[in-house]
Amino acid sequence: MSEEVRIGVYICHCGSNIAGTVDVAEVARWAGELPNVVVGRDYKFMCSSLGQELIEKDIKEQNINRVVVASCSPHLHEPTFRNACSRAGVNPYLFEMANIREQVSWVTADKADATRKAKALVAAAVNRVAYQQPLNSLFVPINSNVLVVGAGVTGIQAALEIADSGNHVYLVEREPSIGGHMAQFDKTFPTLDCSACILTPKMFNVGNHKNVTMLTWSEVEKVDGYIGNFTVTIRKKARFVNEELCTGCGVCQEKCPKKVIDDVFEAGIGYRKAVYTPFPQAVPKYPVIDKENCTFFLKGTCKACQKFCPRDSIDFDQQDEIITVKVGNIILSTGWDLFDARQIPQYGYGSLPNVFTSLEFERMTNAAGPTSGKVYLRDGVTVPKSVAIIHCVGSRDRNYNNYCSAICCMQSLKFAHLVGEKTGAEVFECYIDMRTPAKAYDEFYQRIMKEGVHFIRGKVAEITDAARTPEEEGKTIVQVEDTLIGKQRRIPVDMVILSAGLEPRHDAKQVAIKFGISCSIDGWFIEKHPKLDPVATMTDGVFVAGACQGPKDIPASVAQGAAAAARVLSIIGQGEIEIEAATSVVNEETCVGCKECISTCPYTAIEFLEDTKKAHVIEALCKGCGTCVGACLSKSISLKHFTDEQLVAEMIGAMRTMTLFEAQGQEVA
Amino acid sequence: MYEPKIIGFLCNWCSYRGADTAGMARLKYATNVKVVRVPCSGRISPELVLRTFREGADGVMVLGCHIGDCHYGTGNHRTAKRMPILKKLLEYNGIDPERLYINWVSAAEGEKFATVIDEFTDKIRAMTPFEEVMK
Repeated sequence: MSEEVRIGVYICHCGSNIAGTVDVAEVARWAGELPNVVVGRDYKFMCSSLGQELIEKDIKEQNINRVVVASCSPHLHEPTFRNACSRAGVNPYLFEMANIREQVSWVTADKADATRKAKALVAAAVNRVAYQQPLNSLFVPINSNVLVVGAGVTGIQAALEIADSGNHVYLVEREPSIGGHMAQFDKTFPTLDCSACILTPKMFNVGNHKNVTMLTWSEVEKVDGYIGNFTVTIRKKARFVNEELCTGCGVCQEKCPKKVIDDVFEAGIGYRKAVYTPFPQAVPKYPVIDKENCTFFLKGTCKACQKFCPRDSIDFDQQDEIITVKVGNIILSTGWDLFDARQIPQYGYGSLPNVFTSLEFERMTNAAGPTSGKVYLRDGVTVPKSVAIIHCVGSRDRNYNNYCSAICCMQSLKFAHLVGEKTGAEVFECYIDMRTPAKAYDEFYQRIMKEGVHFIRGKVAEITDAARTPEEEGKTIVQVEDTLIGKQRRIPVDMVILSAGLEPRHDAKQVAIKFGISCSIDGWFIEKHPKLDPVATMTDGVFVAGACQGPKDIPASVAQGAAAAARVLSIIGQGEIEIEAATSVVNEETCVGCKECISTCPYTAIEFLEDTKKAHVIEALCKGCGTCVGACLSKSISLKHFTDEQLVAEMIGAMRTMTLFEAQGQEVA
Repeated sequence: MYEPKIIGFLCNWCSYRGADTAGMARLKYATNVKVVRVPCSGRISPELVLRTFREGADGVMVLGCHIGDCHYGTGNHRTAKRMPILKKLLEYNGIDPERLYINWVSAAEGEKFATVIDEFTDKIRAMTPFEEVMK
């Protein structure tokens, strides 16, 4: 600290978010009297351009050389204020933030308590900033390749946007074909256009794009590195089909004698063979052999597929392949799983034959599905004369999932239309609230109402086959309280469709850990900011899009896929990226060469210099966690921007303020 | 009864964001804990905790990511190993090890954050002020 420390402190009102609870003028006045503080101000919105100009003006006119802003969380506006400092010629690392919104005004009821806590945090920041050092950022080049994980409509959209811009995409999908859930549907709401007609051209385009390497039947095993420079290890599972030779003629599937219930693509109501493509328009066209069910793999004989393959492309000796790719950015679009309706035994799914899930019904109505688009009861021949559709199954229910699955109301309305169109059956919709908030959605609801569907507002209590009256005999009975007429009703129907909710993928947590991101309490991937940064994550270079981030319909998923692609392209366009300047540094004077730091570093960013017998930090690899600092026995490593001196100063600032309040006879808290 | 002075060292990625999540949910909790943000709980050296007690803190909280959730992969593994040893060292030096609190709070666990702050504050409040103990 050779030059005189001149600190400017700015207390933000955030409208009434902070000022409603914290006496901001008093905190600013008090901050103005702290050591080294030259100006203490409060202002309505520090993040506004006028607020930022206030800082820039003080830097220029009052020679402020360090800045403290007390406002919201640094996760929201630290970059904003760092940039303001930069613009006015103050190194961004000479800025410090006190979080008096998320961690004071919003969490404290008493105004005096909140004001005191704000003062302590401001004092801590003022004390800390005096010890902060200017740092210069390192820039590393961005690898322009992109990894997209999950090739449903979201991933396909993202991959196409990026590939069309001339950058290379590795599109990884764990199923044998791309397409995701959308490929299972027949019609899409609210337009009722054919799902396959709008999806398959995109599938074809991405599958044949010169800038896309498609890796289906593959899963990401390991991710190393950081934004701009990830190394990703992918397991390409053995297909047992030579992709060079196979033409996708389908003879193997025809000849395979082993029928297997397809509980992935056909949702358990249809069959596939042991060698299969999930559906005729699958991309890629090559089938896979399902090792678990193939007679050859189970019993050592059969090989019917091999015998009949005109191109000799069946290869039972094929092994899993481990592929390593280098990418600069990653987009996760891993989608959702269907809520398992068996968890609600009173709804009878799994025990009552004519209770279906939404996905089963989707497959049933699909012209290419197991019933060729005919709606039948479980016996496969009887056309239902009455159908009940139950909303919010496993959603908006504290016993299962608290959240609204967002798509079920519209999906149920679509089902009502399709049932009517295909069977002429009487349809009952049992809903809690009707949620149709997007473009042309409510109009669709109006249309279905006009189609003569019965709408019953009430949560279904039970679905049973225990008849109480002769007309209930042989029927599936829906017991529901109709809250609009205030009566309990029993509705005997032939078929019940459970509009089961969307859930995070069963392995979302493991995937999150693999890519270094987090999951919400419900298990969805957490975005960087729910409104302003919906596709970025807290891990730079890793983006999320579509339903893996939360329940979403197709338009929203496609929009997010494109948004994630745009974010990635903007990074690629920069050519190089600023990486963490707050890295560790070894004091070679005092380092004893014990190598303790080397064993603790999660990034192998510390090397041992044999000639000097000292540890040395490789800056480009260091991510600035500081674990080495905590481990160093001779106190020879420090983490820039989080030095002992700085953290102790911050702690002391808070402690001494609390002690001061105590001495003045006020509550320290 | 007195109002304890507590410093909470929070990792930037999980626990600090958990505190933000508590704020976004407008959960109310005790104001005694003043937060010092560190990149990773692994950065919290024993000396930093000891220095905080020397400054007169009645309690110190160390909050990190759940094991497996660490933004840096394994930084919190070090915390998990280091802090219990530090507790033993505190005890050896006549400082009640209960004054040092270690827990894992994820970015989503706003409610847990508010709860652990209140519980730890109450626990410390029931203890003799640290400065009196050290006299």
